[in-house]
Amino acid sequence: MAIDWQTFWLTLQLAFAVSVLLLLLGLPIAYWIAFSSWRWKFLVQAIVALPLVLPPTVLGFYVLVALGPRSPLGRWSISLTGHTLAFTFSGLVIGSVIYSLPFAVQPFAASFAGVDRKLIAASATLGASSVRTFFRVIAPLSVPGLVTGAALSFAHTMGEFGVVLMVGGNIPGVTRTVSIDIYDRVQAADYAGANQTALALLILCFVLLMIVYGFHRKASVLNSVQ
Amino acid sequence: MNAHPAVHNGVGAVNPAAETRLGCRIQKRFAGQQNFAVDVAFEAAAGFTILFGASGAGKTTLLDCVAGLTRPDDGRIAIGDRAVFDSSSGVNLPVADRHVGYVFQNLALFPHMTAEQNVSYGLNHLRSDARRQRTTAMLQAFRIAHLSGRNVRDISGGERQRVALARTLVTDPQLLLLDEPLAALDSPTKSHIIDDLQQWNRTQGIPILYVTHSRDEVFALGESVIVLEAGRILRQGTPHEVMTAPLQETVAQLAGFENIFDAVVEAVSPDRGTMTCRLSGDGGSTSIETPLVRGGVGTAFRVGIRAGDILLATALPRALSARNIIPGRIVSLDQRDVMISARVQCAVEMEVHLTLAARDSLQLEVGREVWLVIKTHSCHLMQRAT
Repeated sequence: MAIDWQTFWLTLQLAFAVSVLLLLLGLPIAYWIAFSSWRWKFLVQAIVALPLVLPPTVLGFYVLVALGPRSPLGRWSISLTGHTLAFTFSGLVIGSVIYSLPFAVQPFAASFAGVDRKLIAASATLGASSVRTFFRVIAPLSVPGLVTGAALSFAHTMGEFGVVLMVGGNIPGVTRTVSIDIYDRVQAADYAGANQTALALLILCFVLLMIVYGFHRKASVLNSVQ
Repeated sequence: MNAHPAVHNGVGAVNPAAETRLGCRIQKRFAGQQNFAVDVAFEAAAGFTILFGASGAGKTTLLDCVAGLTRPDDGRIAIGDRAVFDSSSGVNLPVADRHVGYVFQNLALFPHMTAEQNVSYGLNHLRSDARRQRTTAMLQAFRIAHLSGRNVRDISGGERQRVALARTLVTDPQLLLLDEPLAALDSPTKSHIIDDLQQWNRTQGIPILYVTHSRDEVFALGESVIVLEAGRILRQGTPHEVMTAPLQETVAQLAGFENIFDAVVEAVSPDRGTMTCRLSGDGGSTSIETPLVRGGVGTAFRVGIRAGDILLATALPRALSARNIIPGRIVSLDQRDVMISARVQCAVEMEVHLTLAARDSLQLEVGREVWLVIKTHSCHLMQRAT
């Protein structure tokens, strides 16, 4: 059986949606982590890093429960759409966003924290608000970190399995991603199909990471001119 | 975004609200630093006020408190009659609302912007044509118009300095803080920039706090000097008052006395306004005549003599007004830039500065017998540091 390109398309859509959401959600969290002096900040950092170490099944299980009909989120979803978010594409997006959160937030926060504090202070003494300072000084100087965070969350979502299986199940065209497809094929002893699909995913992820590191090299060459 | 309430006058226009004063009373402790705290109170009039002190004296902390980057524990900071910080009434204006210009030691130019973008950064509240006009005028006033399109990474140190000053001054600050902004520059570049800065402030009339540890800059710029040590004001006054007759040894070291020795008063001549002190060192002891200060025979002082105030003779000088002529032997000759630093062993080892030409015409070399000539009033007496 040949490669099921529908699963690839679905996986790319999922990875794209997750990356965009993580840019929106991750930037303020990363900003806060980089610049807050709250004494309990480490608690938030630990929570953000949790998906790095937690088995995806554990995370997926809790997301499933949180999306289910007994949770406030599930009831709200039912009242809005008539069904819960479990086993839907939206549910998959929510689970994946949580699962990939550290892959976005940590590079973002590291690059924000790497911006010379004197530049931020200079911006303030020149009358700039913190919003203007962020968009004119901090973000432009953090572009390599932002690209890394977005690309890592994209690549990480491309390859995820456990969370998808728990939250999304295996509905073709809705929640069946590439990694689920590969697992299915192996279960059905379709090793040739599994091999082709796995190879395609491997090449895709490699190309993506190559672009990220290539970009970093260019950025570091630029920075060393300083 | 930020509507500046201050009146914005064009570059070169006369500021009607001239003679703003800075009133500053700050107490600041740091967690984990028991033996360091900043505790100062001073007023600064329009013009240059030099903050002078060794590194770690609290100069930058003081500037950071005034700018609003560091919050003092207690005190009041007012620019003119506008309080920007007041612990008793809970006033603490954000940095962006203080209208305090701050040029950092590392300049903090935005590395991803051109010179022009850097300079226009603080004019965001203006319409784009007014913004361009003021930026251009400022670039011209600081002689960097030809650099406007260049990235600040690609221009020289002196040019970067000018961009940093222009970027700050274009916002019409009501107070200017300069943290050793010229430390890295050679002296001709430095004095040109200082000239431009003084020219600019003739029309602005704002207080400028200028941090330095360079003695030359103190005399070049200072109408008023504040000497800081360990977070406190040690002395305050004109450069002449503060720098020429130090009372405390720490000030003396800062003020550039290369030679500081122990001295004990041997004899006092109140009618002549002088006294005789005995200098003791490794090579024995010698008497020198010094100006009269309070303290009777037997009082221990420290005496400071600048290396540039000592003359060096290869034959015993006669018929000279200078009262101290001390024989010695050259132990080393080091060339520093265009100057020679000689160390001469007499009773003590003295550092003497002379020109290259003087070394050559006197054929000075290590081991040569010489005489040191020191005027009475080149000997500065001070109390020992406690």
